[in-house]
Amino acid sequence: MSRCRWFLMKSSIMELYNLSIRAAHDLISKKQVSSLELTKATLDHIHNTDPHINAFVTVADELALEQARQADRRLQTGAKVTPLTGIPFAVKDCISTNAVRTTCSSKILENYIPQYNATVIDRLADAGAVLVGKHNMDEFGMGSSCENSAFFITHNPWDLERVPGGSSGGSAAAVTASMGAFALGEDTGGSIRMPASFCNVTGLKTTYGRVSRYGLIALVSSFDSIGPMARDAYDCATVLQVIAGQDPHDATSLPAPVPDYLQNLEKPVKGLRLGIPKEYFQAGMEPGVESSIRAAIRTLEELGMEIREVSLPHTKYGLPVYYLVLFAEASANLARFDGTRFGLSVIEGAENVIDLYLQTRRAGFGPEVKRRIMLGAYVLSAGYYDAYYLKAQKVRTLLRQDFDAAFELCDALVAPTCPTTAFKLGEKTDDPLTMYLSDIYVVATNPAGVPALSLPCGFSNAMPVGMQLIGKHLSEDVLLQIGYAYQSVTDWHLKRPVIV
Amino acid sequence: MTPQEPAKIDFTIDANMVKHVAFLVRLGILEEEAQAFSHQFTAIIDYFHLLNEVDTQNVKPACETSSTQNVMRPDEMQPSMSRQDFMKNVPHQDGPFVQVPLVFDEE
Repeated sequence: MSRCRWFLMKSSIMELYNLSIRAAHDLISKKQVSSLELTKATLDHIHNTDPHINAFVTVADELALEQARQADRRLQTGAKVTPLTGIPFAVKDCISTNAVRTTCSSKILENYIPQYNATVIDRLADAGAVLVGKHNMDEFGMGSSCENSAFFITHNPWDLERVPGGSSGGSAAAVTASMGAFALGEDTGGSIRMPASFCNVTGLKTTYGRVSRYGLIALVSSFDSIGPMARDAYDCATVLQVIAGQDPHDATSLPAPVPDYLQNLEKPVKGLRLGIPKEYFQAGMEPGVESSIRAAIRTLEELGMEIREVSLPHTKYGLPVYYLVLFAEASANLARFDGTRFGLSVIEGAENVIDLYLQTRRAGFGPEVKRRIMLGAYVLSAGYYDAYYLKAQKVRTLLRQDFDAAFELCDALVAPTCPTTAFKLGEKTDDPLTMYLSDIYVVATNPAGVPALSLPCGFSNAMPVGMQLIGKHLSEDVLLQIGYAYQSVTDWHLKRPVIV
Repeated sequence: MTPQEPAKIDFTIDANMVKHVAFLVRLGILEEEAQAFSHQFTAIIDYFHLLNEVDTQNVKPACETSSTQNVMRPDEMQPSMSRQDFMKNVPHQDGPFVQVPLVFDEE
């Protein structure tokens, strides 16, 4: 082995787990590093680091090593090598993985082992990616801080006393701490973008229907969107390329052709119109967040984008619409957890099947899940349906019309992802309504079904700030193009936490 | 953006209502839980009255998120999960059957 190669090996093996997808693929495809080396380095890093963070519910060492060996065989023969072949990743624990425990961070699914893969997992496996584990989350996605996990809380790697955001908090914490090259999160009302913002990660909420939901344990069937969380927009594009597209198992997945996201990244953004929704820049925003977003907008302007103010007049109604529809759909979706076919079953002392349901659901669900199931039944009940659920669905139409009108005037919108940086653990757990209000900038996109990309854009009091770009339906290519252009002239996304 | 004060409506969800709803959704809850939920539900539902500000006359409710077209496929048999795989997660089994406690009264 030449001296030069030895230096490369030594320096890269020491930090192999830090590599982006693009950098890792470069080394793997040149056979300078094997997938097994990369995967072992990642697993070792997880076992050393995660005890401080608690991002993982399950680490699948044996499965990961076996997949890495398979990837290396593929690389040896050169057959079916993709940009993800041999790359370690993990997913939020609401995405079904065959033979790997899938819990939704709930006691009711604590020992549930799916007998099939979600479509996104099958597609990543076909591409040769290496699944290393499953990420902690707010129970069933219900939360904004990852503190609602039934197992343990996840700490923000930038400050272990603070939350990572939620509900894909484990995924964001893992990616920023280099425990896997990328993650799949799931966004029902900010659950990819908010933790991405709190943890300095690039995260994409895809257009509703762009990515198959088959095998995703449903929270809100008309909002849920799976998307990538990664080091940068380039890596998000690489993952989206693999997971996007119609799936016969999900009738709501869209037949629209999947563009070449990577090829599109290099297009200049000069002349693209960027809208600033004035309703997203009002009192209550942390000053360091606002100054970071304003500076990012100036950078985008310097790149040649045309900046204009727009209005989304129903913005303040986004939060009640979002939560009303969420309660209603979640209440219906979670009826399937009844202790008869899978998951927890508390049968002792049950005289009839109703007792089984009452006992199982009492023991299996945490307080936030119970709250939302009951509130959902309440807003759907005969006397209140028109006043709450139907009213919310009508205002939802107006929210969508706001976006439609704005996208007549611009190609994308820019806004803060969250009004603040990551808050302290325990700060909002006693008051559910205050916790709900932290989602104020991220919830409106999901009732409208539009895509949004959260990007690192600065720091406020030493904590990361995220900016979100919102686009019209199926404009992921444009959002990634703008994100790539921004990250080509900034280095916020390259900053990593020092974990003590 | 600060949340607007919702329109004030004299409104409470009491503990009895909470217990009633809990039974409807088949959740066992304790008396003290019902009390705590009662206060939280009142605050949360009260916040939703903010929507009363919006004029929704002649507005159609949103019934779909991204497409208005029905998705059709040929009605053909396809392989699905095997009984053996399905039964691996069933907590109480009696031979080839899923076992549950009494569903109907014996009368």
